[in-house]
Amino acid sequence: MSVVLNDVRGRPLLPSVVRYDVDGSVEVGYGAEARQSIDPKNTILSVKRFMGRGRHDIAHIETLPYDFVDAEGMVKLKTIAGVKSPVEISAEILKTVRNRAEASLGGELTGAVITVPAYFDDAQRQATKDAARLAGLNVLRLLNEPTAAAIAYGLDNSVEGIYAVFDLGGGTFDISILRLSKGVFEVMATGGDSALGGDDFDHRIFCWIIEQAKLAPLSPQDARLLQMRAREAKEQLSQHGQAPITVKLGSGEYVDLVLTTEIFTEISRTLVQKTIAPSKKALRDAGLTVADVRGVVMVGGSTRMPQVQHAVAELFRQEPLNNLDPDKVVALGAAIQANLLAGNRAAGDDWLLLDVIPLSLGLETMGGLVEKVIPRNSTIPVARAQEFTTFKDGQTAMAIQVVQGERELVSDCRSLARFELRGIPPMVAGAARIRVTFQVDADGLLSVTAREQTSGREAHIEVKPAYGLSDGEIAGMLKDSFSHAGDDAFRRALREAQVESQRLIEATQSALDDAADLLSILERAHIDAAVAKLQSVMTGDDRRAIDGAMQALSAATNEFAARRMNQSVRRALAGRNIDQISP
Amino acid sequence: MTTFDLNFAADHFTLFGLPRVQALDLGNLENCFRDIQAQVHPDKHAHAADADRRLAMQWSTRINEAFQTLKSPGKRARYLLALLGHDPQIESNTTMPVEFLMSQMDLREAVMEARAASDEEKLEAVRLTLLNEIRADYERLAGLIDVTRDFTAAASLVRQLMFQEKLLNEIDDALEAVTA
Repeated sequence: MSVVLNDVRGRPLLPSVVRYDVDGSVEVGYGAEARQSIDPKNTILSVKRFMGRGRHDIAHIETLPYDFVDAEGMVKLKTIAGVKSPVEISAEILKTVRNRAEASLGGELTGAVITVPAYFDDAQRQATKDAARLAGLNVLRLLNEPTAAAIAYGLDNSVEGIYAVFDLGGGTFDISILRLSKGVFEVMATGGDSALGGDDFDHRIFCWIIEQAKLAPLSPQDARLLQMRAREAKEQLSQHGQAPITVKLGSGEYVDLVLTTEIFTEISRTLVQKTIAPSKKALRDAGLTVADVRGVVMVGGSTRMPQVQHAVAELFRQEPLNNLDPDKVVALGAAIQANLLAGNRAAGDDWLLLDVIPLSLGLETMGGLVEKVIPRNSTIPVARAQEFTTFKDGQTAMAIQVVQGERELVSDCRSLARFELRGIPPMVAGAARIRVTFQVDADGLLSVTAREQTSGREAHIEVKPAYGLSDGEIAGMLKDSFSHAGDDAFRRALREAQVESQRLIEATQSALDDAADLLSILERAHIDAAVAKLQSVMTGDDRRAIDGAMQALSAATNEFAARRMNQSVRRALAGRNIDQISP
Repeated sequence: MTTFDLNFAADHFTLFGLPRVQALDLGNLENCFRDIQAQVHPDKHAHAADADRRLAMQWSTRINEAFQTLKSPGKRARYLLALLGHDPQIESNTTMPVEFLMSQMDLREAVMEARAASDEEKLEAVRLTLLNEIRADYERLAGLIDVTRDFTAAASLVRQLMFQEKLLNEIDDALEAVTA
């Protein structure tokens, strides 16, 4: 059974608001939310919108009260406590959630599943994973939010067939088409808009108020105040036909207006339309029509808006399913999946989740054009290899630009990384054959490796990400956060190594219990010795000895792991053949 | 211990224990895929050691690749013909029957006109016509490969089908542009 853990005051949600104070302290949640209009510059709302984003990616940036600092790849925010990256701000929220969980459950967390909008690209996913690392979480998986919702819904109602998950949150929109069958959740296609959500509807009301009340340019405090009123009016319209908006601004101006459902529907028409086009596209990508869809599961607080409900009903020609709490269903699905990933599965309580990559990955070719390497909606994990050659005699290096997006021009896609291949053996033009492999893992994250084929030499790859943090930066941020918290960085790192060791020993032990017959006596003795060695050093405080013993154990079990995997594949096939023979 | 690597390097049909035919039983293929994926998927090894997690990713990637190739009739035909020593030379050989090219040009013109006129219904109609053509051609193709074993004719038909599928993609792009 999974539940959403409440805070000490019995509230299940945590508003994603972070406030920095002059003394370096950080406030997260309701307290920070309450002070947003007093201290807008240091109170950051919906930081998710800035994750892995550059300045030009952020909509209505001119209306936001923050001091943005230009940084390579991702924006940063100048606060009273210094310049903060969205990754650090996000980590504050995750730390708060982590503390709540550890306090409620009474112990350290084994791991965490972090949900992300399905339409998040590689940069946004990487930034999210970095934030989780910074918050000291062991990330078992990045899980797409509509997929998490489908798990919760599908298991709760034991449904089968094609379902659409329509997920309109505060800042992002996802549509996923899934096929649910016994024991399998298969995402067939996903689409969306990672910069469309309830905040945009608030903004339309905000603009309407300014226009109707003919207001002079606003101070940051007044702007925040109006944004709050706009949001309240929106929420009221989910229950009532009209919402009064009365505000006394700091400037002395008064606002006294009434927003009706009709006006709201009219001023937000284009926003609602922006959810319909990706929904149609996802259906087409899945090779399906509206008639194939058995149900539409509504997720995210913004689906409470009546005009959204109507538009979805009209498109899918059926009433959408609203029987789950749209604010909690994603968290519940993630918790259920986390339990499975942590290895706590009972017999018959097991399922397979097949998810996809939301946006195509491509390479820059001559003339700024994009060549698609991995198309969108490919089931992950997925890999593709591509061969390159040199175009000059004696050329020893080349640059490869990786982009993500659906457009044909590099300039219309998001640049993910520039890889420099060095150490190519000098040859005549066109003779070198460099095989570059793009691997997308189960988190939807990309990694790249390259090999020169003719010489067999592994070409050195220098990765220059256009976003994300280097390990050094993460380490620096971790150190900073420890010194602020008065924590001991050394003890913390040692503790992490010990936990990691324990996990490795347990995993090895359980593998040995399952499949000891795959090992010769000598091989078994070798692994047992490596386990014993790690056990003897892990309780001490020699971090390097622990790391060394962990590496030795990993190396000793490599071949064993390969054999176990092969055995399970053969078992799966053998099981099938028996099925086919018996009637 | 090379026997343990045999499966990983095997061709897609052997990997799933299926016969090398174009008229593949898709239900059976899918069941094989799910059964193996249920063993190797990274989610099943998320709590395991690094080495296991890396292997799980490699295996799962391999199974996905094989499944995607065998599931799509076009990819399956190209893969099967190459496996049988009759690569359809999609890139290099572009000769096609004149009447086929003429009919494709008519369809393409209809798509361009409908796109210019933002005519969603017309685009859907052309799409349906093309889909039916493609479906019939794939049935013919299975006969050429599995029954009459006329690989030259099969390779030629595969090239035509690639052409038709490209047009289908263009229609999808047009629909996207029109409905956006």
